[in-house]
Amino acid sequence: MPKVKPHRTSPSLDMTPMVDLAFLLVTFFMLTTKFAPEEAVVVDTPSSTSEIRLPESHVITISVDKDKRVFFGMDDAKPKLDLLTRVGAKYGVSFTASQAKTFSNLSSFGVPVQQLPDFLSRDNEQRKAIKQPGIPADSLNNQFIDWVVEAQAASRKEFGKPAFIAIKGDGNADVPTVKRVIKLLQDKNINRFNLITDLESKPVAGN
Amino acid sequence: MAEIQQQADSGKGGKKRAKKMSTKIDMTPMVDLAFLLLTFFMLTTTFSKPTVMQLTMPVKPKPDDPPQELKASNAFTILMGENNKIYYYEGLLADDVKPELKASSYDANGIRKTLLERRQRDPKTVVLIKPADKSNYKNMVDILDEMNITDQRKYALVDISKADEELIKTSGL
Repeated sequence: MPKVKPHRTSPSLDMTPMVDLAFLLVTFFMLTTKFAPEEAVVVDTPSSTSEIRLPESHVITISVDKDKRVFFGMDDAKPKLDLLTRVGAKYGVSFTASQAKTFSNLSSFGVPVQQLPDFLSRDNEQRKAIKQPGIPADSLNNQFIDWVVEAQAASRKEFGKPAFIAIKGDGNADVPTVKRVIKLLQDKNINRFNLITDLESKPVAGN
Repeated sequence: MAEIQQQADSGKGGKKRAKKMSTKIDMTPMVDLAFLLLTFFMLTTTFSKPTVMQLTMPVKPKPDDPPQELKASNAFTILMGENNKIYYYEGLLADDVKPELKASSYDANGIRKTLLERRQRDPKTVVLIKPADKSNYKNMVDILDEMNITDQRKYALVDISKADEELIKTSGL
């Protein structure tokens, strides 16, 4: 009887399909990825069951953090330059071209307009180290509402429609600050708000 | 350099054959790199846009508009206090009427149940949400979310009054 030889399989396997798939995924992620913009402030949003998604573009983000600071952010770069000159003119602050360029790349900021030129002329590392005081939003010095109103005007000029206003509050932010922001916007006849939240699954009926 | 010369000259005058190059190349480094990039992009990519919850506030009334009256029988007030405490009472608070304040909670068996029962009893319920200054934003979002879950027709975010704060204090809940 002939000896049965165990069939020897080669230890090296064909990796081609795996590599194909890996590269396909790499290309997909490389092309679809949009790097998360660096936020000036860490905001931990509460969750809700709402399933409405934030629009892709033309969004004004108003962040409120847990230290009662208010931050302003706008995602479109082009009307932002317009916005900067408008607000600058209102407060008699002028910006250089390089400062304006830095501003258009900034996702959000929280410094009074008087400190903005100095803030913008610093480099990225230094800017990160600065503790931003938040945009003044009280009745005495209400720069916040100017930013919003001018941003809406700039957006309307650029795209023919006002931007979408989203309020991004930290879970531990206090209600008076959020209410003050809402009140200020209501004074300007903005009555529709969008609170940014994390997604939470809907409770099952019968619970 | 560090490699060992494997095929040293053996000295034998063997047949010189053209060395057959294998058609297979070692793909391991390439695969390593591919997976490294894959992991990097998968982790850095922002997968989904955050969700938003819509909140519509009433338009500022014109000075000559008559204020809308709310019947006490339709009113349902939720008070949000500090440390994630929540209270509610039915009806309106007036100088001579002190409704019974009840404590509740944010979980499914707390305020949600109460709201659903109330809505079944009276579909015309108007919910007044009054966050105290010491409550946090998460409470506000949670309660607005409850409004969506329980499908309330009419609700409004209202400033808390001194009388409401007094009511919480005196109730001892």
